[in-house]
Amino acid sequence: MRKILIGLGSVAAVALMASTAQAQQTIKIGLVMSFTGQFGDLGTMMDAGVRLYMQKHGDTVAGKKIEIIRKDSGAAGSAPDVAKRLTQELIVRDKVDIIAGFSLTPDALASADVLNESKKVGVIMNAATAIITATSPYFVRTSIPLPQAMAALGTWAAKTGGLKNSYTMVTDYGPGIDSEQAFQGAFKEAGGNIVGSVRFPVVSPDFSAFVQRLKDSKSESVYIFVPGGEQPAALGKALTEHGLSPKVTKVLASGELTNEAPLKSMGAAAEGIITAWHYDSGHKSAMNAEFVKGIAGLLNGRKPDQFTVSGYDGMHAIYEALKKTNGDTDGDKLIAAMKGLSWESPRGPMSIDPETRDVVQTVYLRRVEKLADGSFGNNEFDKLENVKDPVKAKLKAEGKLNPDGTSKK
Amino acid sequence: MTDTATPLYNPQDLMRAQVRWRMLETVFWVSALLPFFVAETYLVLCTQIAIAALFALSLDLLVGYSGIVSLGHAVYFGIGAYTAGLLAKYGWGEPLSGLLLAGLVAMLFGYLISFIMVRITHFALIMVTIGLCLLFEEFGNQAHDITGGHDGLQGVRMWRLFGTFRWDLYGFTAYAYSLVVVFLCFLVIRRIINSPFGLSLRGMRENARRMPAIGAPSKQRLQIVYTISATFAGIAGGLLAQTTQFVALDALSFQRSAEVLVMLVLGGAGRLYGGIIGSIIFLVARDQLASNNPQYWYFWLGLLLILVIIFLPNGILGGIAHLLSRRKKS
Repeated sequence: MRKILIGLGSVAAVALMASTAQAQQTIKIGLVMSFTGQFGDLGTMMDAGVRLYMQKHGDTVAGKKIEIIRKDSGAAGSAPDVAKRLTQELIVRDKVDIIAGFSLTPDALASADVLNESKKVGVIMNAATAIITATSPYFVRTSIPLPQAMAALGTWAAKTGGLKNSYTMVTDYGPGIDSEQAFQGAFKEAGGNIVGSVRFPVVSPDFSAFVQRLKDSKSESVYIFVPGGEQPAALGKALTEHGLSPKVTKVLASGELTNEAPLKSMGAAAEGIITAWHYDSGHKSAMNAEFVKGIAGLLNGRKPDQFTVSGYDGMHAIYEALKKTNGDTDGDKLIAAMKGLSWESPRGPMSIDPETRDVVQTVYLRRVEKLADGSFGNNEFDKLENVKDPVKAKLKAEGKLNPDGTSKK
Repeated sequence: MTDTATPLYNPQDLMRAQVRWRMLETVFWVSALLPFFVAETYLVLCTQIAIAALFALSLDLLVGYSGIVSLGHAVYFGIGAYTAGLLAKYGWGEPLSGLLLAGLVAMLFGYLISFIMVRITHFALIMVTIGLCLLFEEFGNQAHDITGGHDGLQGVRMWRLFGTFRWDLYGFTAYAYSLVVVFLCFLVIRRIINSPFGLSLRGMRENARRMPAIGAPSKQRLQIVYTISATFAGIAGGLLAQTTQFVALDALSFQRSAEVLVMLVLGGAGRLYGGIIGSIIFLVARDQLASNNPQYWYFWLGLLLILVIIFLPNGILGGIAHLLSRRKKS
């Protein structure tokens, strides 16, 4: 028994030494994403962005090789304790230098403690609740804090859109509640009136009952937020079935509702839906055209969406920061290097706010219209530049934000 | 491992023989210490296995030993988790007393709910337990201000264990703490199963109507075992909340209830070590398959489960026991 123990121990020791020796030439990035389950597609799209970036820019930065380790946080539905354990294991077992991904808000929130303790940078490529970046000084976000776009939509709807009343329908979790409050707040401030609101359960909701309630309210417009994945298409279908086309009731939504798949399933019924969002595959720029082409090559002709572009930009932030630190992966140095980074993304110009470590970007107002090829797409008709997250701006004004962008306890 | 008793005609001897520690058991529990030395980077996974094992053990008291089917056992797991989590969030982060309270609160709920459970059987039981689970999950979601809803309970801060041991990143403290708690619970459960009370439970599993005739009131005993089982499930939930310092709504979910049943069936229900072996195999397989193939690993897990059920209908331990008894006969 003792011999076996000594034997096993020495094997483990050798393995450990081998892995630390290797760590000197490679930089490991751990991706914690939902590759399976209800939000499985989200991980696939995010990962495609990561892959495309590495395909274009190579897998060496500052003389060091980049290695990606992928972990599925979609196991067991959406269990944040799994995401937290995977983050923890990536750091202690795989010795990764940077964590990236985070499909859903609870996953990111549960992992904040691990980042704080290990002092590793966590790049959020999707999770969209405003407050996440305030829970750890090591979080950086390249996706979107939802209120950023939703407050803009609320103001636009009442001021320019000429709407007097609205009904809100959101998914009952952090990002949904966040966007509900942002939209309602901005809409009311600009003179609008909220006539009612409902919240959907997060997992497998039956939309038709909720859509019926909306119909009964006879509101002239509705604001919708559902998480990406399978739900937007299902909700779109429910709206169509109840005859609530945008011609009858103005539909205002976050960009998830008018991504490629839901647009396809809604068909002509989607015409006229108005969304505020940071990215659309139809955005007109040379860089985006090349990006769309690259993703089509990777994913059998599929178009990129906001998950893909966030994965792509997340990798850009990592690469640029590593260049600045000359390959040093110390968490504090990396986060300092990421603060204030600004670049041209397929979505347009964007930067990392040095105060909050959150993304600053252009918010586009889009309307679903028939395109030249007969399909439906988002037409950008207005935009707001350099939008910051309104939630953290408010926290800061109230003196509730520390200098490192975390919230005061 | 204890069910295959050789015919001993003196009841005292029979009971004594069941309580006696076997060599294999000692080896098993000593080897549970191995991860500290040979797999220190796997301690977080080991902690979750230990917790799942305790949860499966608690379910085994019902499914394996008393013949009560439950597809909603996560209710007690979740109650324990939220109790421990909320205590720590609102200023009482002492682990041991928190865990005790988690068990007590789950016990209280278990006792109240047991009044319904002992009145129904079979399919009705499956439906009611699922319904109960969905009810509690929805309540947890609606009570957003208390539980954090789908975002999970945040701000759970545990004090150091015994005021000295920090909850480290590698999970040394977490695994040591969980292992000791799980082992102590195991000892209690083992004692219960091998007591005359435990024997009467098995009697009810085989024939619930006959037991009152020989002087064992079934309903009352089923209520007792239901309450005991809920208590241990609550302790398991409390352990998860304390070691991850986070509680997700998932702790109350139907998925967790179903998963623990799968682990139990995989290992072998009605065998003391069935739930433990099942949770080890299930979680290790899930971890390995998912890290080797993050996108399509569910396929392999499904295949594994189907194969085990086809070839080892009584679970892995049941299959081994069957093989051993065949060898003895030949």
